[in-house]
Amino acid sequence: MRKNWLGTWVGFVLIMAWCLLPVVWIVSLSFKSAAETTAGSPQFFPKAWTTQNYKDIIDNPDFTRALLNSAGIALSATFLSVVLATLAAYAIARLDFRGKRAVLSLALAIAMFPVVSLVGPLFDMWRTFHLFNTWPGLVIPYMSFTLPLSIWTLSAFFREIPWEMEQAAQVDGATAWQAFRKVIVPLAAPGVFTAAILTFFFAWNEFVLAISLTSTTASRTVPAQMAYFVGADQFNPPYSQLATASVVVTVPVVILVLLFQRKIVAGLTSGAVKG
Amino acid sequence: MAAIEMRNIVKKYGDGFPAVNDVSIDVEDGEFMILVGPSGCGKSTLLRMIVGLEDITSGDMVIGGKRVNALAPRDRNLAMVFQNYALYPHLSVFENIAFPLRLAGRPESEVESKVRDASKTLELDEHLQRKPGNLSGGQRQRVAMGRAIVRDADAFLFDEPLSNLDAKLRGQMRTEIARLQKRLGITTVYVTHDQTEAMTLGDRVAVLRRGVLQQLATPRELYTQPVNLFVAGFIGSPPMNFLPAQVNGDQLELPFGSVTLPKDKAAKAEGRGVIIAGIRPEHFNDAAVLDAQTKAKGATFTAHVDVVEWLGHEAYAYVPFEASPDVADQLAELERDLDGESIRTQLVIGLDANSTIAKGEDAEIWVDSSEVHLFDPATGENLTLST
Repeated sequence: MRKNWLGTWVGFVLIMAWCLLPVVWIVSLSFKSAAETTAGSPQFFPKAWTTQNYKDIIDNPDFTRALLNSAGIALSATFLSVVLATLAAYAIARLDFRGKRAVLSLALAIAMFPVVSLVGPLFDMWRTFHLFNTWPGLVIPYMSFTLPLSIWTLSAFFREIPWEMEQAAQVDGATAWQAFRKVIVPLAAPGVFTAAILTFFFAWNEFVLAISLTSTTASRTVPAQMAYFVGADQFNPPYSQLATASVVVTVPVVILVLLFQRKIVAGLTSGAVKG
Repeated sequence: MAAIEMRNIVKKYGDGFPAVNDVSIDVEDGEFMILVGPSGCGKSTLLRMIVGLEDITSGDMVIGGKRVNALAPRDRNLAMVFQNYALYPHLSVFENIAFPLRLAGRPESEVESKVRDASKTLELDEHLQRKPGNLSGGQRQRVAMGRAIVRDADAFLFDEPLSNLDAKLRGQMRTEIARLQKRLGITTVYVTHDQTEAMTLGDRVAVLRRGVLQQLATPRELYTQPVNLFVAGFIGSPPMNFLPAQVNGDQLELPFGSVTLPKDKAAKAEGRGVIIAGIRPEHFNDAAVLDAQTKAKGATFTAHVDVVEWLGHEAYAYVPFEASPDVADQLAELERDLDGESIRTQLVIGLDANSTIAKGEDAEIWVDSSEVHLFDPATGENLTLST
């Protein structure tokens, strides 16, 4: 027993170190002064802790604007994607219609399509439609690319919900819409949150489209904006500034996961029917 | 409250298979009607057509004098208890029961008082704030019933409500449902595959087989006057014994010997060749424990008893026999219809608890010949019905 216990802990520490070391490294970088990061061989922890990097980055109007763009675009894309995916997944799980398999396969095909190959066509199209360098210009592709995964996740969740729930609601006097809204959606909440988190991550971290379809801070998101963080010259990249921006941009994601983790409670449907 | 009339109801699925075939049943206002049959007989489909969850292929469904074929479930004002309860897991017991009232947009005070009434009736008061996931099977069952009774629905529909409970609880809930139905006096249609529930709960019982209504009668009539082999074999536990037999004059020739039949019964089956005789276990007895007068009403024969089961208030003796091939097929098919597994080539004999017959003995067995049913082996029809 004791041996097992020891093995578990050794494994645990190894895996944690493997996963967290880069994160700790970035955090530690963000507290170092610029002088320290440009020194030949920087040590792991800062010699002198400083919050100057954070002050600088908050004072940088380009960065705060990018943060706002990121938040706006990611939230809009998530909201639209989840709403559409919920409706589509419900139809796929519940209704029998021609072309159901086609819809699902097509959705999967879209998910497998390499994003890079669409950059050129989208660039031209968005310029024609005056969507270049606008929020919708990024929201639309983000939504399209995350819909398939959301639809697949959610239709799996809907299939798990016993159909009797809905029939019971209908017998109790609910319209199809009421049954959906008051019974099915609350039961699928873990699925909805899962889909929402995945979509948000994608939109929040996406780089290729963000850098190709924007030209100014009017719609440039944080990952793209960070590419414009250049130091005094090309031989002195602002490592500490980049690390700070990374920390700032990661914090909301961590908070989101911690918040929603509580919502994603396995077995929410337990007790609905005899297990 | 309302009467439910089913007129020539047919349900065909996509492949043209009729799950319910030309069924007509009148459920009177306030009546407790049971739909019973083995799995796949169409009883649940029929119930779901009443409530509107299943389309009706042809025929008329009339509730309270109004044809409802085209109405959505929510417009039929019926309350249903599902086999697996179908409680809303995200809502408390209170909100589960209140759900139909909230949908109907009733004022808060009315919701409150009705839910309190229902929870009092069903003894759910201390559980109102809990979630269904934390309740026991019996409590969930009561919540499902609570959701049905708050509605002032025209009728209650139950779809095998007790099949998920253990045997003891099932017995308790059965009497609970019977009591509730009598008190509320509401029209009830109850689906079950359990013949004990059918016999104890129903005012009348409809027996279905492969989507066809076999017999619609009171439990007593089903038991004493089954119209065919299927009903005879389905109703009663242990089930009726079926034996190959032949009628010669007033003698019924059974595998164990001859028995004298009452004249009228013999006349109905005379000259038909091999037929099937159906005799319930309790119409046999140990000849040694009977007085001369009772004994004279029937006939006796000697049989080799294989096994004896003594249950205290009664005992069962098992006597194996060989079925002739022409009736064996019919009996095997019946067995399949009844979801059975044993190949019934043994006679089950009910014995008086005082009987001293032991296993492996040759015993003198008495049979009440007036209670023998005779069935046509080809159609399964009961030849000895007293009309």
